[in-house]
Order: sequence, then C-alpha cells, then structure tokens
Amino acid sequence: MNSELKSLYQEVIIDHSKRPRNFKKIDNFNKEAEGFNPLCGDRLNLYLKTDGNKIIDASFQGQGCAISTASASMLTEIIKGKSVDEALKLFEMFHALVTTGGAPKDETQLGKLAVFAGVHEFPARVKCASLSWHTLKMALLNKTDVAKTE
Amino acid sequence: MKSISKIREDFPILKAQVNDKTLVYLDNAATTQKPKTVIEAINNYYQNQNSNVHRGVHSLSQLATQKYESTREIVKNFIVAKSTDEIIFTRGTTESINLIAQSYGRSFLNAGDEIIISQMEHHSNIVPWQILCGQISVKLKVIDVTDSGELNLKSLEKLLSDKTKIVSLMHVSNTLGTINPIKEIIKIIKNFNKDIIVSIDGAQAVQHLKVNVLDLGCDFYSFSGHKIYGPTGVGVLYGKRELLNKMPPWQGGGDMIASVSFDKTTYNILPYKFEAGTPNIAGVIGLGEAIKYVQNLGLDFIYEQEKKLLDYAFRKLSQIKEVKIIGQAKEKSAVISFILKDIHAHDVGTILDQSGVAIRAGHHCTQPLMERFNVPATVRASFAFYNTEEEVDNLIDGIKKTLEIFK
Repeated sequence: MNSELKSLYQEVIIDHSKRPRNFKKIDNFNKEAEGFNPLCGDRLNLYLKTDGNKIIDASFQGQGCAISTASASMLTEIIKGKSVDEALKLFEMFHALVTTGGAPKDETQLGKLAVFAGVHEFPARVKCASLSWHTLKMALLNKTDVAKTE
Repeated sequence: MKSISKIREDFPILKAQVNDKTLVYLDNAATTQKPKTVIEAINNYYQNQNSNVHRGVHSLSQLATQKYESTREIVKNFIVAKSTDEIIFTRGTTESINLIAQSYGRSFLNAGDEIIISQMEHHSNIVPWQILCGQISVKLKVIDVTDSGELNLKSLEKLLSDKTKIVSLMHVSNTLGTINPIKEIIKIIKNFNKDIIVSIDGAQAVQHLKVNVLDLGCDFYSFSGHKIYGPTGVGVLYGKRELLNKMPPWQGGGDMIASVSFDKTTYNILPYKFEAGTPNIAGVIGLGEAIKYVQNLGLDFIYEQEKKLLDYAFRKLSQIKEVKIIGQAKEKSAVISFILKDIHAHDVGTILDQSGVAIRAGHHCTQPLMERFNVPATVRASFAFYNTEEEVDNLIDGIKKTLEIFK
C-alpha cells in the first residue's frame, strides 16, 4: 500500500467506519439536518440536543463510504460538550485540514480529527469527509434545506 | 487479424501513467478511449479544413461539408438505415431522446396516453419522459427487472394497452451489461399494436454488437459518439423518414430553415430540419473515423474478444468470496457490476485508482435500478477489445488490496 493510501485509510478511520459511534436517533433532539451528496449518493441525518449555547448530545444515521461514515462518527464524539461557536470554529478548521492538509497552529484543537489530513491528497474524497460537517453547520444555523457539498 | 498489442498501439492514452502506474482503463462504459485515426482526423480538420458547413461557396466550406456529410453516409451504412435523411446528428444519446420526447411526444401524444420504459433505464431515458409527463399529462409505466437483471417480458405484456403510445428501452444496460432481446421485444410490441412508437437507446450497444435498425424494426435508435471510440459532444438519432417528416423541429436557428421572414418561416428538409445551429463538425468527422475503425476491426472480432475478457473477469471475480456480482443475465456485454462485502464502492474506487486501475463507482445514472437491487452504489468494471487478461488481474489484485485494508 502506498503512503497516500495509508494516510487516507488510517486505522482510526477504518474503525469508525466499521463501528460508527452514536449511530442512532437520540431522544429529545432539538436540532437536526440532512446531508446529501448527489454525486455519490451519500446521505446522513444529524441529530443534536442543545442547551442554550451548548451541544449536549449528538448522533447520526445514514449511509456512505468509509470516509464519510468515519467523519460523521468522529464529529458526533468531538462536538459533545462544545459550544455552538466552538463547533462552528471546528468546522472551519476541519475544512481547511481536508482541503489543504494544513493543521491550525494549535493542533490540539483538532484532536483526533487530525487523522483526516490525508484526505487532501484525494480531491475526489474531500466531499466525503466534509459532508457531516456541512450538515452540522446547517443544523446549528437552523437551516432547513439539505446540506450539499457540491 | 491484428494482435491486441498492435491494437493497443492505436490508442496513445493506453501508455499513460496514472499514480505512477500504467493506466488500466476499465471504465469503457463511461467513455471509450480514442484511436489515433480519430484524434488525427479532428486535428487535421482544425489545422487544415476548418470552415462552416452548408453555407460557403469557397473550397474549404465545400470540403468541410463533404467530410461532414460523408459521416452521415457511414452511419447510415453502419446501422443499415434506408436513407441518410434518417440520420440526425445530435450532441449524444441524451439529446436524441430529448428530441424524440419534445418533438414527437409533445406533438402526437395526448393527456392520458402512456409511455413504457423499464426499471433498468439510464436517467437519460427516464427524465426526458418525466419532463414530457409534466408538460402534457401523459403517464409513465415501468417494466420490472428480474433478479438476474433481465427485463421481465411478462411485465411488458401486462403494461401494453390501448393507451400505450411510446415504448423506450435500452438495448444494452450500462450498469449490468444485460443485452436485452430487443428484436423479440419489438415484435411483442408491434404485434400488440403496430402504431406504438419504439425508441431504442443504443448508447451501450453499437460499440459491442451489430445493429441493423431495419431488422430490429424500431422507429428510433439513438447512440453517442464517445462510447464508440469517437469524440464527446456528438451523437446520432436514427428515425424512420415518415416519422421525422411529420415531426416539427425542436430547436430553431440556422441550418434548419428554408427561408425566414417575419410573416412566415419555412423549414429545411430532412435531416437538416433537426440540426439547428452550426453543428459539431469536428466531432462528426471524428465519429466517422471512429466507426471506420470499428468496422475495420469488425464487430464479430470485437464481440469475441470482449466475451473472452468478460468470461475471464467473471471467473476471477467469482473466486473472491466477498464479491457479489449484480446482474447475471444470460446475454451480457463486457460490463460487470459488483459489491465488495460491506465496503463502499467509492472506497474501492479510490484504492483501485492508486494502482492505476480506473473503474466506475456509484449509481451509474441508474438510481431506480440501484434501488431495485437495494444497493446504494456498485463498482463497475467495463471492458473494451483493447483490454487484456493482465489488466483483469490488476483489478483482482486491487480488490484483494482493498479487502486487506478493510479486514
């Protein structure tokens, strides 16, 4: 396996794609959004429970490739406990990471999400990694249309 | 007979490097590669012959016109039409079907009439009819596909009624490779009512099989240049002369008129009536060369060669227990769709691409068919006569590598 492939399909990503965390519809969610990638058919629903400005719980359901499933799974883990502003800032950092491969100055902010840096070598797969994050943004901003990465 | 290695030399791109590996091109159902003769004909036109057609009195325009029209003759002979008047150049199969729907459909169908298509159709043989349904309140009826990926002819017989006005079906499935028994199907339809119009989408057929539109008995037959080793942006609509004659133009502009005034505009004769605007002249010339290339190799040779590749790939893929092949029709062209355990087709596609192997991953513009088989996407390997068993082995190695990564 070449190094680009190795960095794309890291063990953490494979693990989350096979055993996605928070893969359910949580009770009492108060925000939700649907993400759809018309080009490849990846589809997900994201459910959030917020209290004021804080995200208390997050989950998702849907179908997609390993990259989009792992991304959604890790998203639901990392945003729990974050404020809406922090989550939106994470969106910006994650987007920069998968499009340029560059991490923010303070790498600790991205935490586990840094494993997605390899995606930028695969322009066709950026949309897979970012679908759940676009969906998160829609949910947080209370937008009602379907999130698309195109 | 030319050897495959000699034939491969006709296609410059087959030497290309992709991700530091020699390209293994197994996406021929999406588009085929172009032989040198086609590339050179297009180059030569732009370098030495570029001029508009059907207008100029100057020599270049006459030469361009003669080249452009000679392709019409080549196409006529290739699909065994009665006359060059029956050969309309379009942008491709999609535009051909839209032309049928908008010109014939909109003029001759009435509210409540029915159009029959099938569950395996490409979106380009679904959506033009849906648009027509929205415009004039006609209804779309859909023939089932069996578990093996064949048209359910009993379902067709049930759907035929006195309301049926058009049946539009694909000759060969781009997703499953199924070769539909089109001649037999047309017989069933015409025996039921000879006035039902039959339109055949031949985008995946003419590059693999001998097509004789008179023998088939269809009213319309469409195909694309780029899937038969020609350029993109050019295609053909064959239509029976008496139908084309009574159909109104569907686009207005230059070339399709006889005379224009603000009181009364009259239209050109066939086939120009349906070719508004300056056409894709270089594309049409390239298409002529592509068909000549296919005729020189011979469709019997092409069929045999591709059948060997299909059988080899089928055998090799069947040996991998994680592979499930979707579509196991008795008569198949060299297309294999499959899923690999629970690994998404896009992940398979990315990993294969890193080995230089180009396949298609996705729904192949046949979402209703994907739904029929209850899969979001498949991996599709589609072969052309220039592919080799070694290339099939590269595909198999890539699949094993994918299984290793996802183990």
